[in-house]
Amino acid sequence: MGLKQKLHNFKVKNQDKKWLPGFNALFTFLYMPNETTHNGTHIKAADDLKRTMNTVIMALVPCLIFGMFNAGYQHYLAQGLIESADGFLGASFWTWDNLVIGLWKVLPLVIVSYGVGLAVEFIFAIIKGHEVEEGYLVTGMLVPLIVPVDIPLWMLSVAVVFGVVIGKEVFGGTGMNILNPALTIRAFLFFAYPTWMSGDKVWVHGANAATGTPDAYSGETILGSLAQNNGTLGHDIWDMFWGIIPGSVGETSKFLIIIGALFLIFTKIGSWRIIVSTLIGALTMGLIFNGVVSAEWISESSKFYGLMNVPFWQHLIIGSILFGAVYMATDPVTAAQTNKGKWIYGFLIGFISIMIRVFNPAYPEGVFLAILLMNVFAPTIDHYVIQGNVKRRLKRVKVKAA
Amino acid sequence: MSKDIRIKKGLDIKLVGEAEKTTENAIISNSFTVRPEDFHSITPKLVAKEGTKVKAGEPLFFNKDNEAMKFVSPASGEVTEVLRGERRRIMAIKVTADKAQSYVDHGRFDLNSDADALKAHLLASGCWAFIKQRPYDVVANPSNTPKAIFISGYASAPLAADLDFTLAGKEAELQTAVTALSKLTEGGVHISVGKGTNSPLANLDNASIYMVSGPHPSGNVGTLINKVSPVNKGEVVWTVNAQDLVIIGELLLTGKFNAERTIALAGSSVKKPRYFKTKIGAEVSTMIYDNGVDKDGNDRIISGNVLSGKEVKPDGILDYYSNVITVIPEGDDYEFFGWNKPVFNKISPSRALTFSWLTPNKKYDLNTNTNGEHRAFVVTGNYEQVFPLDIYPLQILKACMYKDLDEMEALGMYEVAPEDFALTEFICVSKQPHQKIIREGLDLMLKEIG
Repeated sequence: MGLKQKLHNFKVKNQDKKWLPGFNALFTFLYMPNETTHNGTHIKAADDLKRTMNTVIMALVPCLIFGMFNAGYQHYLAQGLIESADGFLGASFWTWDNLVIGLWKVLPLVIVSYGVGLAVEFIFAIIKGHEVEEGYLVTGMLVPLIVPVDIPLWMLSVAVVFGVVIGKEVFGGTGMNILNPALTIRAFLFFAYPTWMSGDKVWVHGANAATGTPDAYSGETILGSLAQNNGTLGHDIWDMFWGIIPGSVGETSKFLIIIGALFLIFTKIGSWRIIVSTLIGALTMGLIFNGVVSAEWISESSKFYGLMNVPFWQHLIIGSILFGAVYMATDPVTAAQTNKGKWIYGFLIGFISIMIRVFNPAYPEGVFLAILLMNVFAPTIDHYVIQGNVKRRLKRVKVKAA
Repeated sequence: MSKDIRIKKGLDIKLVGEAEKTTENAIISNSFTVRPEDFHSITPKLVAKEGTKVKAGEPLFFNKDNEAMKFVSPASGEVTEVLRGERRRIMAIKVTADKAQSYVDHGRFDLNSDADALKAHLLASGCWAFIKQRPYDVVANPSNTPKAIFISGYASAPLAADLDFTLAGKEAELQTAVTALSKLTEGGVHISVGKGTNSPLANLDNASIYMVSGPHPSGNVGTLINKVSPVNKGEVVWTVNAQDLVIIGELLLTGKFNAERTIALAGSSVKKPRYFKTKIGAEVSTMIYDNGVDKDGNDRIISGNVLSGKEVKPDGILDYYSNVITVIPEGDDYEFFGWNKPVFNKISPSRALTFSWLTPNKKYDLNTNTNGEHRAFVVTGNYEQVFPLDIYPLQILKACMYKDLDEMEALGMYEVAPEDFALTEFICVSKQPHQKIIREGLDLMLKEIG
């Protein structure tokens, strides 16, 4: 009797047990279920939600691996122990030492994120008596990528519990939530523990611990520096593009994000409309600010000057706008659901992100706030798009009657 | 006066087991069964009790709300069983056939009669059952005058019977039926035929002919209606299946209700897929075993096509509206890591490690596995790729689920039938039963608005 048969018998034997969804989640992870169609279509396409979510995870894995190396690289670089790497394939970047630091710091984040989040999902599935839904597979992967590397694990756990319960389960679980759960977690961390989530000490492993010692070093991000009119800290455009800069774990490498985006668009899992329109929105706002600077409406002494003066296209490779556009804004549940609505939704995300980035003195990254804001407005956008269709239908009747 | 309709959105599902174009006479069925559930929303009132002798074309039951609307026996014989379900609802009426068939003779119908006489004739002879209406996708209400009548002469569904083949040589009946139907409406009869095909419907008089092309659902009557003249609030259109025109035509010409129909036996479980001449309500076992499926095979037998047909057991019957029986393997087995390994042998609209996009002309052998579990709606934007109507599919489905009548109406519920949502159901990542949701939504509207 094979494993398949044993598991099947176990499932049948315990089919009225409360905890069965928990078992099923593991069983269906191993085997696609034996469920067949009833009336309706008798055949079904190959894709299911697990496959869809898995595709997004695959698009995220390169960012995660890069993030591990980068964690170690930034750590050693800030201490002055290694040379700065020249380009994506720089000799001092892809080293075993860097990876070891990354594994030590990043893997626990992944494990805690998945462990805590899935535990909450399992509990809710059992309480409510439905199957464990796959939404958290992607959320759990996104969370470690958008937090600073040195975040304490207990803080992450608290945030994950909050994000999954308040961001998702209270609305009825995957598919029903209004706010992107991963961003809810990020927002909770930001507002509950602001000192941990911003400033210049959190982005490089060890920077905080070294404060006050003779070896103290800073781990400032480019965005934070620009916001204080301090320039780009000596990083050139290519450093930003390849991602060998300080930042949240997985969002630094624009190169790998673009690869992930192309993969998502190619597999038809990610919405190219949202990705493209977000970038258009960001560029538009960047252009407007460039216009403001060149019209000399603000002077160099203005505290907004540093960020406003960034050439508009560079906004895309600074900060996490690209990561947000590709992996966050495209979450189908919380995004606009109509094709026309997706254009508007994405455009506004990009537009507002850059606006917040420039005007917010306390925290220069506005992407997560912009996306959360547009999550809230997505149903409104859809409503007006759909009204177009409804009006066309009503007009047909009127033409007839006239 | 033919016009072109070309649709781009849709999906051709190419399956193994297309019927070969040879016709055999099916073994004559011992019994013929009529199931009132085929006529959705009709409450049957039984006429022929157990033990009654009926001729072919003699009423078995009538519509409780409209006594004139008769539903007749497809064959002559004795009513041997009236199967009842909950609350004595009639589930099936079984007629054990005579050796020699005898028919009720209604006489040749004078085509110059007025619409009322024609209606009465169709109602009394049992042919009214073939006329369906939208909104609601139910048997038409004879007191209405429809805006127009629509007929699809192009079957684009997977493994559907080729209407050009099954209707060949029936031009006289088709023409008679179309001429008669054109008297029942002021908006004319609209017929779609496949572009570049040799359809016997293409040259009919008293009808507007449309040449359709593009992927399935180009041949669905719902697509034709939406492109020609969508149903507005307060309007009614009627639809008739092309193969049923033959029965209507023959009734008008000869006075006999001849339930004979050429049907396709198709599907990957069938050894030699081909066409059969048989009758409505015949037992499927008369067709599926000879050079067909294995007796002890684990197969799904479907009366109708794989997208919208009904599951029947081997002792089941060909239902009233179908012209195809499809047999495909059941998929009640687990698949190791089925959700993440690359897939080459199944159709997928995405490219998420599914490779059907590489081989657009490959024919697939799909089984009935759902390929995943039922979930809430998550993915958006994919239904629109296969849904050619000017309607928001996801939103209308959700409106049906939360039973908001105003919103259902505003989003176009009057225009749709469950079969229009077959493709969105096929590709649904969340494995939601779209056709069932739409059917229940339509039933609710029928009950509340009428």
